Amino acid sequence: MANAAAHAEHHNPTGIRRWLFSTNHKDIGTLYLIEAIFAGVLGGLFSAAMRAELAEPGVQFFHSAHAFNAVATAHGVIMIFFMIMPALIGGFGNWFVPLMIGAPDMAFPRMNNVSYWFLVAALILLVVSMFVPGDAEGTGFAGGWTIYPPLSSKAGQPGPAMDCVIFALHLAGASSILGAINFITTILNMRAPGMTLHKMPLFVWSILVTAFLLLLALPVLAGAITMLLTDRNFGTTFFDPQGGGDPLLFQHLFWFFGHPEVYILVLPAFGVISQVISTFSKKPVFGYLGMAYAMVAIDAIGFVVWAHHMYTVGMSFPAQAYFMVATMVIAVPTGIKVFSWIATMWGGSIEFRTPMLWAIGFIFLFTIGGVTGVVISNAGVDRSLHDTYYVIAHFHYTMSLGATFGIFCAWYYWFPKMTGYSYSEFLGKLHFWLTFIGVNLVFFPQHFLGLSGMPRRIVDYPDAFAGWNMVSSIGAAISTVGMFVFLYTIAEAFMRKRRAADNPWGVGATTLEWTVSSPPPFHTFETLPRIK
Amino acid sequence: MADVHVKQHDYHLVDPSPWPVVTGISAVILTLGAVYWFHGGTPWIMPVGALGIVYVMFAWWRDVINEAQYKGDHTRVVQLHLRYGMIMFIASEVMFFVAWFWAYFDVALFPGDAHEYLRVEAIGGVWPPKNITTLDPWHFPLLNTLILLTSGTTVTWAHHALIENDRKGLVQGLALTILLGIAFTCVQAYEYAHAPFTFTGGIYGSTFFMATGFHGAHVIIGTIFLIVCLLRAMRGHFTPTHHFGFEAAAWYWHFVDVVWLFLFTFIYVWGAGVAVEHGG
Repeated sequence: MANAAAHAEHHNPTGIRRWLFSTNHKDIGTLYLIEAIFAGVLGGLFSAAMRAELAEPGVQFFHSAHAFNAVATAHGVIMIFFMIMPALIGGFGNWFVPLMIGAPDMAFPRMNNVSYWFLVAALILLVVSMFVPGDAEGTGFAGGWTIYPPLSSKAGQPGPAMDCVIFALHLAGASSILGAINFITTILNMRAPGMTLHKMPLFVWSILVTAFLLLLALPVLAGAITMLLTDRNFGTTFFDPQGGGDPLLFQHLFWFFGHPEVYILVLPAFGVISQVISTFSKKPVFGYLGMAYAMVAIDAIGFVVWAHHMYTVGMSFPAQAYFMVATMVIAVPTGIKVFSWIATMWGGSIEFRTPMLWAIGFIFLFTIGGVTGVVISNAGVDRSLHDTYYVIAHFHYTMSLGATFGIFCAWYYWFPKMTGYSYSEFLGKLHFWLTFIGVNLVFFPQHFLGLSGMPRRIVDYPDAFAGWNMVSSIGAAISTVGMFVFLYTIAEAFMRKRRAADNPWGVGATTLEWTVSSPPPFHTFETLPRIK
Repeated sequence: MADVHVKQHDYHLVDPSPWPVVTGISAVILTLGAVYWFHGGTPWIMPVGALGIVYVMFAWWRDVINEAQYKGDHTRVVQLHLRYGMIMFIASEVMFFVAWFWAYFDVALFPGDAHEYLRVEAIGGVWPPKNITTLDPWHFPLLNTLILLTSGTTVTWAHHALIENDRKGLVQGLALTILLGIAFTCVQAYEYAHAPFTFTGGIYGSTFFMATGFHGAHVIIGTIFLIVCLLRAMRGHFTPTHHFGFEAAAWYWHFVDVVWLFLFTFIYVWGAGVAVEHGG
């Protein structure tokens, strides 16, 4: 047995045993972060390519509309499944949930590793899909990340690209379900003695509620894409009306997963922001219990609002009214969170270190995204805004400027802990300001474009939209520079090797990860800490 | 092991393992092989990946059984983890079946929805669709219901025998449960072979075969799980206080049973048409 000889080197496995066969939450977290950086650069370059194309009317760089839409689709799938989720849940969740609750590792360390390798397998499938035929016009799947039939049916995309995307989603889903089981078991059973649920750091709370969303939403997507697969290859007619099927069934199943998915993306960022705001305001977070249960409320309501993505499909008016009201209700717990973050800063001794800049940036930008969300939750208003750039602007304010700001916030906050090195404050702040200015220039004008009717997923547009599109593309160039500054910041920290203190943030940083060394030893908490 | 560890807790820090990464590689071969086969290529790449997965499952669970049975890694708290893990795995499986029931009710409850005019045309606005002869629920499906319900009692018998340390009763109860599981699968296979409707070309066959087919796959998986437990029981594994592997198999078996009751109620009985056939 492969494991038999291992006991002597159990404490410090090296090379292949350490990185391919890992059962250590910190190493697996590191692997997730590396994967997320790779996927983030890839997805970021795709968005830079799209903005270069859209800078002016006419078709400049892409050889066909299909190629543009294939890149747009890949950008969406990569950023959601291979950048944000692996970074926040797989990366920071793996690293810091056990550390923050005083546990020696995850509950299922070996299953933790298969979650990671399923994700890598999924990414391989997705990359392969870009190089195999989609439809007659070219390679890659070009039907959008929502993979609606008939765009994703045999009729719309006869080539193997779509089947690769389906399997990529199957594997990514299996990865996330196993990860969710692992996190829930770890958080419910492995908290250090004395750490009750109501003493648990809010980042851990956020991962707990996210894991429940993953556990219950992803299997429904798995069912939906299995139907798509058998429709395409085995002659079933789930989504083909001529065989008695229903294309809208797919949209319902997809969004029953898809809406919880958007909270899956942003809730861990909420958790990060709560930690960072509290640390750099040197105050405990305002309204701790309200903050925790606001996330639980978002979790629960998030499951019953899915059809607000589908106002224009011909639903009955009572159904539209219900989904509209239920959606608006989510603004209440979200408001509790935003106001509590502000109240945490109120009267605090605020230190504007790099993570704090990202956190404040998050609050500002996510609130804009939340407010435009209330606008388009109106079924009537959505009639004119559906599938326009207004929607693009809305969800990028919550994702690209919300969840991603949460990721960078967590990155700078925990970088000294994970690596043992300090990053350069100058470079970190430069990265922040380039990104903040860049992404606002990208997405704020897209509200205007959407309000004037510019549709999403198009390679060319009327001259009337030229002005704001140029502004948007200039913003994309600035944020792309920001991305390279980010990569340089990492490289610089590793080259300079400035040793970081165990707790570089001072009295505000009160959670357990700051009580271990930077970087932590291979096994932490071999003697469990006791919480008073 | 305890001597090289300095750990002061009962959690299980698992040794590095090759199985997860081999799973990932096998998954890539399996899925890319499937895509290649779907699009006219050789069908023989996919089984290589499947074989890899099967091998990993064998090797991985062999490790788990060794850790539980011989190395003493499964302390009380680790057993608690496994319980939570299994409950949540079953919860995710429930949500997977929700998708198939959703597909079924989407058409069965609203066969005449005027928005879906092409569908109304295809199925005649009624459920079951026009020209579909359904199976008689009170024939083989009822028999299968009784088989599964009986197997639920025999697995409980085995559990009680185990708790009473009655090894013979445990083996008998498990063996009977497995035989009933195999009987269910055989009856289901016979009925599939003689069904008066087809898998392809229509929504009735799509929903019927995919929902009952996924259930059937779960019955087979559950049967294999029980067979592993039987083999372990015959080798003297499990004690009256430590037998989570058995409990997980029993939970899974009850889950499969409950899904069948929903299938039987809503697809076979409620969804039966005027024209029924006695399953061959």
